Amino acid sequence: MERIPILKMGKFLLVSIQVDMDDRTAMNLQDDLTAQIVKHRAKAVLIDISSLDVVDSFIGRMLANTAAMARILDAETVVVGMQPSVAITLVELGLSLKGVRSALNVERGMEMLRGIAEDAPEEPTDDGDEK
Amino acid sequence: MTATKSETVPVRGSAEVVSVRHLVRRWAVELGFTLVEQTKIVTAASELARNMVDYGLGGTMTIEALDNGTRKGLRLIFEDRGPGIPDINQALRDGFTSGNGMGLGLGGAKRLSNEFEIRSAPGEGTRVAITRWRGAS
Repeated sequence: MERIPILKMGKFLLVSIQVDMDDRTAMNLQDDLTAQIVKHRAKAVLIDISSLDVVDSFIGRMLANTAAMARILDAETVVVGMQPSVAITLVELGLSLKGVRSALNVERGMEMLRGIAEDAPEEPTDDGDEK
Repeated sequence: MTATKSETVPVRGSAEVVSVRHLVRRWAVELGFTLVEQTKIVTAASELARNMVDYGLGGTMTIEALDNGTRKGLRLIFEDRGPGIPDINQALRDGFTSGNGMGLGLGGAKRLSNEFEIRSAPGEGTRVAITRWRGAS
């Protein structure tokens, strides 16, 4: 069973999904992300799906649920890099990913997140290096 | 209409749903489907394969390359011996789910296909066949 790595960068969590995930891998990613948001007090999550050539209703639901859970945990999520053929298919499938912010690529996604993080009040981190 | 080539694979778990996606992608590329056509049939296959795993106790997918003289296509047949679907019209409606899915599987797969056939009887299982033609919208 694979696990998708999550990188922490300041107040951001970064994920790049590079493999065709089975359902359990997708659920693990959702669980890992919510846990890491709390652990690092992350303000924003960027999920790069530019390598995914298929997003079916299960993966789509995982992305939407992750964004919803992150919001409850006071973090914003942006999904970046969706291939046009995937977007066309998702809409025809009936999944509009309402409530999920998206950006064309990682650069634009990062800009979006920086805006969010700058608006967030400063607070001490629990990285352990300031004690 | 003749099938120029066919293959049947078991679909019992979530790893095999991924294998189905890869197999359908490979055949769609071989037939010269555009990227959007490939993505639509692969996504439909993923929905139907997962339905079999989640609700039909697993089953098989048969993939056929079609050539009717003027156009080429792919037909996918999903067969399981699960509990069957009591009300097919209800199951095809978006948002209807008997499990924890979003209820987009059957209706979504139908929209992503050019032809769609479903047969199911309670206690006898379900058979869903979809076809996509190259160059069809």
